[in-house]
Amino acid sequence: MGRRLSTRLLRVSGRLLVGLILAFIVLPAVVVTIAAFNERAILSFPPTGYSTRWFTRALTYRDFQTGLWNSLVVTAWSSTLALLVGTGFAIALKRYAFRFKGTLEGVLLSPLIVPHFTIGLGLLMLATGIAAGQGFPVLVLTHVIVVLPFVIRSVFISLQNIDGRLELAAASLGARPGAVLATITLPLLAPGLVSGWLFAAILSFNEFTASLFVTSQATQTLPVAMYGYVREFADPTLAAVSVIYIAVTAALLTFANMVLGLGRVLNVEQSR
Amino acid sequence: MSSRAADVIPAADRRSPDRPTPDLATSDLPAARTARRGAAAVLLDGVLKRFGTVTALEETRLRVEQGEFLTLLGPSGCGKTTLLNLMAGFLEADAGEILIGGEQVTATPPYERQIGIVFQNYALFPHMSVARNVGYGLRMRGVPKREIAARVEETLALVKLQGFADRSPRQLSGGQQQRVALARALVIRPRVLLLDEPFSALDKNLRGAMQVELKEIQRRLGVTTVFVTHDQGEALSLSDRIVVMSAGRIRQVGTPDEVYRHPQDRFVAGFIGDVNTLPARLETLSGVRATVALGDLRREVEAAALRDRPPGSPVDVFVRPDHLGVRPAGEGGTLPARVAALVYQGSHIDLHADLATGERVVVRVPGQGALATHAPGTAIGLAVPQGGLVAFPPE
Ligand SMILES: Nc1ncnc2c1ncn2[C@@H]1O[C@H](COP(=O)(O)OP(=O)(O)OP(=O)(O)O)[C@@H](O)[C@H]1O
Ligand SMILES: [Mg+2]
Repeated sequence: MGRRLSTRLLRVSGRLLVGLILAFIVLPAVVVTIAAFNERAILSFPPTGYSTRWFTRALTYRDFQTGLWNSLVVTAWSSTLALLVGTGFAIALKRYAFRFKGTLEGVLLSPLIVPHFTIGLGLLMLATGIAAGQGFPVLVLTHVIVVLPFVIRSVFISLQNIDGRLELAAASLGARPGAVLATITLPLLAPGLVSGWLFAAILSFNEFTASLFVTSQATQTLPVAMYGYVREFADPTLAAVSVIYIAVTAALLTFANMVLGLGRVLNVEQSR
Repeated sequence: MSSRAADVIPAADRRSPDRPTPDLATSDLPAARTARRGAAAVLLDGVLKRFGTVTALEETRLRVEQGEFLTLLGPSGCGKTTLLNLMAGFLEADAGEILIGGEQVTATPPYERQIGIVFQNYALFPHMSVARNVGYGLRMRGVPKREIAARVEETLALVKLQGFADRSPRQLSGGQQQRVALARALVIRPRVLLLDEPFSALDKNLRGAMQVELKEIQRRLGVTTVFVTHDQGEALSLSDRIVVMSAGRIRQVGTPDEVYRHPQDRFVAGFIGDVNTLPARLETLSGVRATVALGDLRREVEAAALRDRPPGSPVDVFVRPDHLGVRPAGEGGTLPARVAALVYQGSHIDLHADLATGERVVVRVPGQGALATHAPGTAIGLAVPQGGLVAFPPE
């Protein structure tokens, strides 16, 4: 009898714990979303009245407009470049043996360890040194460096999931190395490439620390613009921007899920 | 008689003369055009392969004859796949030359070798339909679309997969996938067909059916085939010739009957078919025959491996379980033994018996009668045949 009770208690408290953890994960997003609809001009919770005027302000505020545009441009460029470069490196690391392979791997993955502000500061000093200033090329380069490890890992895992015998079979059937790559390797790699690009895009779109160093008023990305804003104002506009942020990212993931299935994109499912 | 790798017997003259004209292997088969008269389908000449410090394949010479079904047989890790990969061009030999149809291909990449290969795991392209899988090799060769369609259909019919053209490989059973893999390899009219343990992932019944079908297709097309397996039954039933390998070396090359009845060394004798080892003593040796004493019995044996052994030295006599017989205890010309266990096998009984000298032997007794008459513990006489015995030096 007592045993039954204790198992039930355990089960209930287990569920409660899981529920609490999940609640804490989504709580910030929920609070911010509710705050974004607050009628009053202060960031407070819970709101006393509801309005959508902060969204209007967010979308018409000049710094946010240019920031969003800059972010989209930088994200598109950096994730695409990172994908191209990262795929090349991933294939080289997976398929070929060469000297200093371990060193190369270490260097490529080092941005995971080096703090973003170090990367940003270093690039700022470099860029100033060669008089490149705080232009877009430096900003894009910064983002490429920051997201590259994620792209390489994603592509590398997908490569690992491709059975080498498929490529051997193709070769025996008369496919030259270029044809094997185009007809077998790349098509099978597609989910990995998409997921790599998607990770890169989301990370780049959210990147703040390194960007803070290498952006100017003209090139600032949305997170940097938001930081600038919060230092001057404390109204719910920022919450509204956050909601837009969440919506855009969620839209990207939904799209990926529809096209490929999220499980495959995130590499948690076998591709075969 | 059995033969070593160096002086092999052409398989062509053993093939049935009334073989139907191949319908796929038509006159434009490149092998037919380019092969020099008398050239082997594949010739490995002094080929050697190392992986770091491991020698996967010792210096090897092997001739595969045009149109023959050759099986590489040996335990895991003996170098079968390595040998196959060298023929396919997936691996580069560290020494030696490889010729296909008389043409030097040692440095030719796989995509120029015109070789068909079938893997154990099928290796079908998962992002292509059955028809596109089969047509892949033709597309890579720039064959016109209409011809591709016709040849794909023809080859799918050959492997009895009409109507499966638009399926995805995922929607096929293991046996069906293996047929697709076979069709994909055959459609390019390969000079040689290589199969690496193609049936070992299939269940027993399906495996049997696929074996028969492969043999039928191979006979019809007359395509030179090199088949890898570690299943000796499969090797015996399919092959024109068997290459028995162990530890990176070819131990014996011969017809199934040769390797089964006249094994050249202990390894071959033990690996092909079940075998009993009886301790004996060498009496006289003359050439490749010898007389040995098995307890009180005297038997003539094949003794090519006993060269230079002095009379009186101990030898091991190998005898198959189905060659031994069970007689009443004390009958003349038998070895005394005692029944240890009976194992029911359906069509026969495996009777395990202990000799007076302590060795355990297995006797294959047809039917089920032994179950009733030879309960464990019964004393019996073990009849050893006059012929079919092979002797080797003890280990
Ligand atoms: N790529 C490789 N790197 C290092 N060693 C290898 C490699 N491929 C094979 N070997 C070694 O070479 C030897 C022969 O291997 P191989 O694959 O040819 O054996 P196999 O007869 O096909 O065995 P199995 O029946 O298990 O497939 C083995 O000792 C194996 O460990
Ligand atoms: Mg193998």
